Amino acid sequence: MGQQKLYDDIPGTIVFDSDQAAKGYQLNQFCISLRLAPNREAFKENPESYIDQFPMTPEQREAALNQQWNRLLELGGNIYYTSKLAAYHGINFQELAGLMTGKGSTAYREMMVAGGRPIDGNRYKSEWEDK
Amino acid sequence: MAHISSGVACSHVPALGVASDTGISGDDYYGPIFKGFEFSKQWMEQEKPDLIFLVYNDHCTAFDARIIPTFALGCASEYAPADEGWGPRPVPVVKGHPELSAHIAQSLVLDSFDITIMNEMEVDHGLTVPLTMMFGQPDQWPCPVVPLAVNVVQYPAPLGSRCYALGKAIRKAIESYPEDLKVCVFGTGGMSHQLQHERAGLINSAWDERFMNLLVNDPDQGSMIEHIEYLREAGSEGIELVMWYVMRGALNRNVEEIHRFYHVPASNTAVGHMILENRP
Ligand SMILES: [Fe+2]
Repeated sequence: MGQQKLYDDIPGTIVFDSDQAAKGYQLNQFCISLRLAPNREAFKENPESYIDQFPMTPEQREAALNQQWNRLLELGGNIYYTSKLAAYHGINFQELAGLMTGKGSTAYREMMVAGGRPIDGNRYKSEWEDK
Repeated sequence: MAHISSGVACSHVPALGVASDTGISGDDYYGPIFKGFEFSKQWMEQEKPDLIFLVYNDHCTAFDARIIPTFALGCASEYAPADEGWGPRPVPVVKGHPELSAHIAQSLVLDSFDITIMNEMEVDHGLTVPLTMMFGQPDQWPCPVVPLAVNVVQYPAPLGSRCYALGKAIRKAIESYPEDLKVCVFGTGGMSHQLQHERAGLINSAWDERFMNLLVNDPDQGSMIEHIEYLREAGSEGIELVMWYVMRGALNRNVEEIHRFYHVPASNTAVGHMILENRP
């Protein structure tokens, strides 16, 4: 924990490593539970009591209930899990990326059709500093 | 004896499964992608493998955060398409080959690959999308499948070099199986893509091209690509490309590239696809 990691200097990226996985275990188990219809029903009926079955931190709980997608990743969530929570809200992978990048669905989709986010200028945090 | 005749590399973007299942695979957005696989479907009809050994990753479907095996070999007689949150894909149940699976499992462990054995497993888009791309929409998949699920969700995924070595051990296992079977090995996932946080949407076509060239011509070097390079250059989810090296390891040093297709984008991802035939 707290160690410098080789990938710390990649911008806009949370690598889901063992530290993040340990931090996000309950949060991710909550998200993945929504893969199944009966659980989605229960969550819809009473979000607060449903989520309380998963003993996560207050920050994680708040981020999950308020759909703070980047914050969820920072707090130990992984995209393959948080995407299930997104799907519950009717948000698909591409729309979710539109939200996380702050571009919005239309501009994000256009960026992808135009070839995606280029690698140049997006390798190192230092390249994002005057963004 | 069983033998390996060919390899297929193929992205497994979930949106391609949705496009096929909802009948929009011919539209302006998806049409060009499905077109790139028309050759492949014809090739498959000629090749007619008796069995597919399919390397893929599970996306928190069969394995949630409770259990994360690095390599898990399917040993069941069938694998049902899983509900990933919007109902199971309307595609045929995947038939297995439990006898061959058991043989491979034993051979791998005795060859120092301590894999996990899955006697029951549902399979997600990681496995079913490549079948759709290569076979279209048949009533039954034309041959049995032995699946190998690789952890690429929680970092670190196995090293490319380890995947490559595992491919070689899988080849040894298959070639020591007494039944006369023609086997095609699939490596799935990729290409460059990042699904998460502010850098989502990253695509690195130049890197993808170099990756495909190395895979064909210099896999000894390509399998040494380090995790940090995948993460930085191919995106945090692009690291699943290590799975292509399991497929490559199972083939001869000398292969002929029969087909290559590359397209940007499918949803958030660069689609890459290759067909490799073994050559002496
Ligand atoms: Fe994948």
